[in-house]
Amino acid sequence: MISRLARWIDDRIGGSAFAEQALSKIFPDHWSFMLGEIALYSFVVLVVTGIFLSFFFDPSVAETTYHGAYPPLQGTSMSEAYRSVVELSYDVRAGLVMRQAHHWAAIVFIAAIVVHLLRVFFTGAFRRPREINWIVGVTLLILAFFNGFTGYSLPDDLLSGTGLRIAYSIALSVPVIGTWMAFLIFGGEFPAEAIIPRLFVTHILIVPGAIVALISVHLALIWRQKHTDFPARGRREGNVVGPKLWPTYAAFSMGLFFAVSAVIMAMGGLVQVNPVWVYGPFRVSEVPSPAQPDWWLGWLEGALRIFPPWEARAFGHEIPNPFYPGVLVPTVTFGALYLWPFLEARFTGDRGPHHLLDRARDHPVRTAFGVTALSFFVLLQVAASNDLLAHRLDASVATISWTFRIVVPVVPPLLGYVTYRLMTALQASAAERFAELPLRAVLRPAGDGAKRPEVDVAGYAPSADGAELIVYREPDGRWRWCYRPLDNGVELRSNKSYVSQEAAEHAALRAYPDTPLARPAEASGSTSSGPRPTSG
Amino acid sequence: MNQGRVRILAAFGASMLASIGLTVVYAVGGDPQIEGALLGVALGGIAVGLVLFGHHMLPGGQFVEPRDIVPHATAERPGVEAAFEAGVEPIERRRLIAAAFAASVGLLGIAALFPIRSLGSRPGRTLFRTEWRRGRRAVTDAGRPLRVDDLDLNSVVTVFPEGHEDAADSQTLLIRLPDGVTVPGPSNWSVNGVVAFSKVCTHAGCPVGLYQAETQELFCPCHQSTFSVPEGAKPTFGPATRPLPQLPIGLDDDGFVIALSDYTEPVGPGFWNRP
Repeated sequence: MISRLARWIDDRIGGSAFAEQALSKIFPDHWSFMLGEIALYSFVVLVVTGIFLSFFFDPSVAETTYHGAYPPLQGTSMSEAYRSVVELSYDVRAGLVMRQAHHWAAIVFIAAIVVHLLRVFFTGAFRRPREINWIVGVTLLILAFFNGFTGYSLPDDLLSGTGLRIAYSIALSVPVIGTWMAFLIFGGEFPAEAIIPRLFVTHILIVPGAIVALISVHLALIWRQKHTDFPARGRREGNVVGPKLWPTYAAFSMGLFFAVSAVIMAMGGLVQVNPVWVYGPFRVSEVPSPAQPDWWLGWLEGALRIFPPWEARAFGHEIPNPFYPGVLVPTVTFGALYLWPFLEARFTGDRGPHHLLDRARDHPVRTAFGVTALSFFVLLQVAASNDLLAHRLDASVATISWTFRIVVPVVPPLLGYVTYRLMTALQASAAERFAELPLRAVLRPAGDGAKRPEVDVAGYAPSADGAELIVYREPDGRWRWCYRPLDNGVELRSNKSYVSQEAAEHAALRAYPDTPLARPAEASGSTSSGPRPTSG
Repeated sequence: MNQGRVRILAAFGASMLASIGLTVVYAVGGDPQIEGALLGVALGGIAVGLVLFGHHMLPGGQFVEPRDIVPHATAERPGVEAAFEAGVEPIERRRLIAAAFAASVGLLGIAALFPIRSLGSRPGRTLFRTEWRRGRRAVTDAGRPLRVDDLDLNSVVTVFPEGHEDAADSQTLLIRLPDGVTVPGPSNWSVNGVVAFSKVCTHAGCPVGLYQAETQELFCPCHQSTFSVPEGAKPTFGPATRPLPQLPIGLDDDGFVIALSDYTEPVGPGFWNRP
């Protein structure tokens, strides 16, 4: 049945050549390579749950009175948007699960993207030839932020209305074009009626469309350039090692999809998130207290909170305070992210292609910079809860905020410096793992006497491999090759077969230009030089 | 191996039972917690089953394939360049037509930008004024006008200009100050110890929602800007840089609080051409 369908398709589009490549395509295996997949699968959950929500949500600010199943809001006047969200949560079966799962999926989506970005950054996976995919990825992060914000603003509750009001003020703060920009985006002075329908079409059509397009590009580029891998025995710049797509990797990846969906849907039912009926409908003169945004906006909220009361005024014009934390900080952040691969190539002079990943110690400056930036954002994130912290610690909000005003600019560079020292010490010592690093090596980086063996920059010495390449003939007459360590280590077989001995040899030497090719036994069916039987 | 088989079937079986449970729960009225738990089992069972299946029954092992260290196609480049140049050449010979094409597309693009203007109203003087006018009564959001005696000592009430109870930029705090507390503004801007300040934070526009009676401070819950009423609502802490503007108020013939004029400066967050 399946093969008949496959033949039907092949007769029409000739897909077999691609399918042959695709089924045996190799995906390196490491837990950190699943982070991007988690983001992808939570996006699938977002789309599915989002379609459900769109059938019930009413993007209108028309005034209405609530007569639904939630008693405390009975008779309250509110917008149709807010009413439809409360109704969806209380009166539509499975509506609350879908709504909360949608929100949790957004939280997981952005978290997975951020952690994936950190993995790519600290391992140097953004280096040539993957700069384009880095740019696509950073753009996806921005789009995810943007769609998170638009979605969170749709219910027209008191908390989201407050968020929109702050967004409006930030737009207003942009020099020269700010007022026009704010009025055109919102449709007039806040709170303009046009904003909810506009957010809706942006949230369910424009941005998701862009995200789908860019995810496609992202995956196509990974497919074309093949995945990076950590240095290890048998892995070279010129090869990829891992399970084949079909069937093993496909089963695990599908398993991951179901696992991600399981966690998100279970949380959708079991863990409350964004209870808009508690916040109440949006009212122009009210504000919730305390008011914290979703986690992924915490860094900007923190920046807005602790930024000192400065603003620039000259010649009858001003650049208001929210511009610096609200516009400048994200612009510099994403600008630096976009430019990082090019800046690093420029400053290190390393413009060569890289497919084997770095360990953190291989690039102490990059690692230190990453730690500095990361701790900066984490501290801002904590600063976004300055009011809660003040309450918890029984201190004044002023004390807490002043603490952050000092800590945020001072601590990250210190942590960066400490990181740099640790990384250079690790690099100079023989320690394989962080825990094995002797303290004196940290205090006097080059002085621990022990010297690690001569290795290449990736911390791995191919010449010490002690392996050979074997080309052999399969019973079906096609040719394969394998990489065989001489000390009975794990053998790596070619992912596909070749029509000729020459083709197999050529492929083997492309993958391992440094490894000797053992002459094959005559193709007499002898298995003497074939691969050792492996237990599967 | 056999044990693996049992585990895999158990996982898929649990998923099937949970799915049946889901339909039952839905049919009898639904319950978010039970639905969430069952969805977790239904999806998680498939996840566990697939992973165990991959682990126990599918071929393991590592394979290797070569990759292009630099994924270029150098051999094809000259051909691509030649093909492109061959097309460019006749275009380049007709510069006028090429320029006309570029100009027409460019102008169309510019013309297509104009509808952006339709997205919103002209800012004009909107940000410079509110709905307060001379003689307009201060009313609650329910539209009730207020006399001085309606106000509790040392507390705040949010008011709007009568007939504009949803005008966000006009929201104003009436504060009846305790004896002996004054504000530095003009003395004829307050009446019988009642003063009025804009409720829109000068930082990011949130309603300055909290009033601390002991110190007569207004506090914005969004970013913790703090304004001292006895100092003319001057910011004493937080990111706000400017005081909350004061609204000149008086009483009409019936003793209700009215505005004496609009605010004399723009309320709310700053913007480029704020005077």
